Amino acid sequence: MADITSLSSAVAGLIHDGDKVAMEGFTHLIPHAAGHEIIRQGKKDLTLIRMTPDLIYDQMIGMGCAKKLIFSWGGNPGVGSLHRFRDAVENAWPRPLEIEEHSHADMACAYDAGAAGLPLAILRAHRGTDLPKYNATIREITCPFTGETLVAVPSLRPDVAVIHAQQADRKGNVLIWGISGVQKEAVLAAKRAIVTVEEIVDKVAPRANSVILPHWVVSAVCPVPGGAFPSYALGYSTRGNDFYKRWDAIARDRDSFAKWMTRHVLETKDFAEHTASLSEPAHV
Amino acid sequence: MSELYDPEEMMTIAAARALSDGDVCFVGIGLPSTAANLARLTKAPDVVLIYESGCIGAKPDILPLSIGDSELVETADVVVSVPEIFRYWLQGGKVDVGFLGAAQLDRYGNINTTIVGDYNAPKVRLPGAGGAPEIATNSKQVFITLKQSTRTFVDKPDFITSAGYLTGGDARARLNVPGRGPTQVFSDLGILQPDPVTKELTMTSLHPGVTPEQAIAATGWPLKIHPQATVTPAPTEIELQTLRDMKARAAQAHSRSNLRAS
Repeated sequence: MADITSLSSAVAGLIHDGDKVAMEGFTHLIPHAAGHEIIRQGKKDLTLIRMTPDLIYDQMIGMGCAKKLIFSWGGNPGVGSLHRFRDAVENAWPRPLEIEEHSHADMACAYDAGAAGLPLAILRAHRGTDLPKYNATIREITCPFTGETLVAVPSLRPDVAVIHAQQADRKGNVLIWGISGVQKEAVLAAKRAIVTVEEIVDKVAPRANSVILPHWVVSAVCPVPGGAFPSYALGYSTRGNDFYKRWDAIARDRDSFAKWMTRHVLETKDFAEHTASLSEPAHV
Repeated sequence: MSELYDPEEMMTIAAARALSDGDVCFVGIGLPSTAANLARLTKAPDVVLIYESGCIGAKPDILPLSIGDSELVETADVVVSVPEIFRYWLQGGKVDVGFLGAAQLDRYGNINTTIVGDYNAPKVRLPGAGGAPEIATNSKQVFITLKQSTRTFVDKPDFITSAGYLTGGDARARLNVPGRGPTQVFSDLGILQPDPVTKELTMTSLHPGVTPEQAIAATGWPLKIHPQATVTPAPTEIELQTLRDMKARAAQAHSRSNLRAS
């Protein structure tokens, strides 16, 4: 049975310096509150795994939590660059960041293979592209039946998966609906899993396209209403597109980034305080 | 057509016209998404739009800022997981048109969205591959849209993120790539199509008022203008109005602050 606990105790107990951490949620249900808590607790030397680093990893990279990033698309969707990610790759600031770069297709398959307990994923990918020249984990394999040359990538097996979901019941059975991304695969591929939820309910009621993660594959469930913001939880909120656009100016400059992180993350005790702080008139 | 329009509007409208009813189109975010939705709201109401977040048959009223806005989920025929969208639907051969943007494009339709400069010490770190390498190879054909300048239409990109015709001729076919490759490129100056033999992108249509010299000057390789190059028909009032209404709805929606009241 999953522990129903606070986010701070889940992060303290389940995420260790040096861990491989996959915080998933494909545009929808990105676990931003958990990212903030990892920053507050000063976790370091993490290998961060995520298809789309998004603002959550821009913040964690900028605060020096990561030594390595495994990813497939590192931009601010519809807006432009992730400036902290760029500064780390281009200028090693605040510390050097090793990168292992994939495409969405091969990374999604690598999670799937991790969940399936296989050592590798096989797909038809990367033909004619330069990425395999720079990423030694993208290799060729020959189909024993047809002779076709395909791509093999090692499966992803994170130490910890962290996701946000709409609901869990009192035992910790988790319910997700809407865009489910690769969260199910990430949780089943990982050794431990933390799930933040919009609310704890007496009984989860599965809907169309919903995903259920039984309590016995989840280590901790933490109620954090609104914990995906500026991402969203279908049925509870819509995407904070205005914030995604405003992040561009906040993160473009090292000082304004540091100031923002200090005031709105380090000086707030939890996500509720963080969210309240964003309504301050002084908020950039 | 009396009303004035800007070159980006012409680009988007030219791209939208290339989609037809019944086409299954895997849509990249930004300009491709705008063009694909313009097609859906004008000449091709039954085009099927697929977004890599897993939304199949999305019919957004408000253009999404990201590939996973709730507008896409709520209007989709079905929403599947990310591994499924890439494996069953794209790799499985269900996509007619992959619609991509680019940071840089070369004369063979190869796309760079990864880096400018050296990979290990990049001058500019771009977002990277995302879904594009497999959209470019596993869709039956590919449309590309981007503004034309010597910074974007380059002689030799620093990185090939997504394959077009590689070194031209039959290079792509020799790699046993399932899809045909980029069949049309829509810029703010005109439309380019690959030469049937060499596969070099050639200007086959110029937008109204654009001269061949202008197009050549905005291209980083010695651009060939097709001897029978046509003039792209100017936007109709309906195309222009639909596009502007769509963009106005998006601008309004995306600037709305939705901080939780807590």
